[in-house]
Amino acid sequence: MEPVLDNLDLFWSGFLRSLGIAVWAFVGSMVLGTVLAVFRVSPVPALRAVGTVYVAVVRNTPLTALLFLFAFGIPALQVNASFYVFGVSGLVVYTAAFVCEAIRSGINAVAPGQAEAARAIGLTFSQTLGQVVLPQAVRSVVPPLGNVQIAMVKNSAVVGAIGVGGELFSVYARLSSAQGYERLPILLGVAAFFLLVTLPAGALLAATEKRLAVAR
Amino acid sequence: MGTTAAEQPLVVARGVVKRFGDHTALKGVDLTVHRGEVVVVIGPSGSGKSTLCRTLNRLETVDEGTIEIDGQPLPAEGRDLARLRADVGMVFQSFNLFAHKTVLENVTLGPVKVRRQPRAKAEQRARELLDRVGVGSQAEKLPAQLSGGQQQRVAIARALAMDPKVMLFDEPTSALDPEMINEVLDVMTGLAKDGMTMVVVTHEMGFARRAADRVVFMADGEVAEVAEPEAFFTAPTSRRAQDFLSKLLTH
Repeated sequence: MEPVLDNLDLFWSGFLRSLGIAVWAFVGSMVLGTVLAVFRVSPVPALRAVGTVYVAVVRNTPLTALLFLFAFGIPALQVNASFYVFGVSGLVVYTAAFVCEAIRSGINAVAPGQAEAARAIGLTFSQTLGQVVLPQAVRSVVPPLGNVQIAMVKNSAVVGAIGVGGELFSVYARLSSAQGYERLPILLGVAAFFLLVTLPAGALLAATEKRLAVAR
Repeated sequence: MGTTAAEQPLVVARGVVKRFGDHTALKGVDLTVHRGEVVVVIGPSGSGKSTLCRTLNRLETVDEGTIEIDGQPLPAEGRDLARLRADVGMVFQSFNLFAHKTVLENVTLGPVKVRRQPRAKAEQRARELLDRVGVGSQAEKLPAQLSGGQQQRVAIARALAMDPKVMLFDEPTSALDPEMINEVLDVMTGLAKDGMTMVVVTHEMGFARRAADRVVFMADGEVAEVAEPEAFFTAPTSRRAQDFLSKLLTH
């Protein structure tokens, strides 16, 4: 325990940085994933194709490969940003593919009559989705969306590999390699701080599911 | 003699053909509905009557033929179609109330989002309509907390809130328990008396007899007979209608 307690402030700042990455990636992937899901159910074939290809490519690419592509491929195109931005972007792009599929399954689970009734009173396609279908779809996929987002929090550890700096994974690297601490207690400390995010997230999910539940 | 707007029929379907794969559900159906007229469509299961009803606001696309509402051909898709649907009320067999919205929100959604009415005005009108169909006290509840009959009356109020030119009823009482059928039929009879133009697909022969101006009898995807209700029920001329009615009367 000592290596962890000695460096608690370092762990804490690493935790906050990792939490920041996860929050940005959560917001970004929910927005992008929802847009992609709408693409995949849209009546416009071109949009459906974009959504389908996106999911097929991104979902089947290893996260590490995608992150390195962001960190070292995009700068080659003369687009420059910090590793933090590249790391978060890569995580957003990757997670959005899974969010898309979770939401799409929710859309498919909404009774077809709901959309028919919405169209019958004159709502447009986007109003039908936004007012009637998506609110019900999201309610029914809180558990799988939770899976995706908890996996995202854990995946955010990989973002450290491209050298974002300051987050929990780099705390491990710094303490174990640079300062010569024993690896195991440090790793356990990192794991404990991750649980500090994922366990409350799980409880929050359960509460959200309960609150949003609609009798049908 | 020229035709004025009032004499021009509200709904005109000509030669409507609808195929589902190998099955042809509608084999060239003609239907004309005049302003203020109540047309009841009856026929055995699978005769295409629900499909016909759903083509009138293009919830089903058609493979051949034309449909005009108030002189305008049905737009294929997009905003023009949405605008036209706003003028055509529809009541479904399975109610299809928006499950995540309260009764009041169900009725105000269209007026606020499509007609761009101020919310306060839409709510006031919604409450009037809910009172009219007898569920005013349920306004704050969710659909699942209501009985089937109450849900269907909310669905009628939701359609009425758009001030439709014509209302389509697709087997509105077929999913209801027997004791709830009459409360819905009473509301529909009231609408018919008030001069609403209605197309009603139903198995309720009593309603057809009481409220219809014309009965359209369908069989095998075709209109087999069109007649006034009294003539149709007492002396049907087509063989298919005679068959159909004799089966009903033996029970």
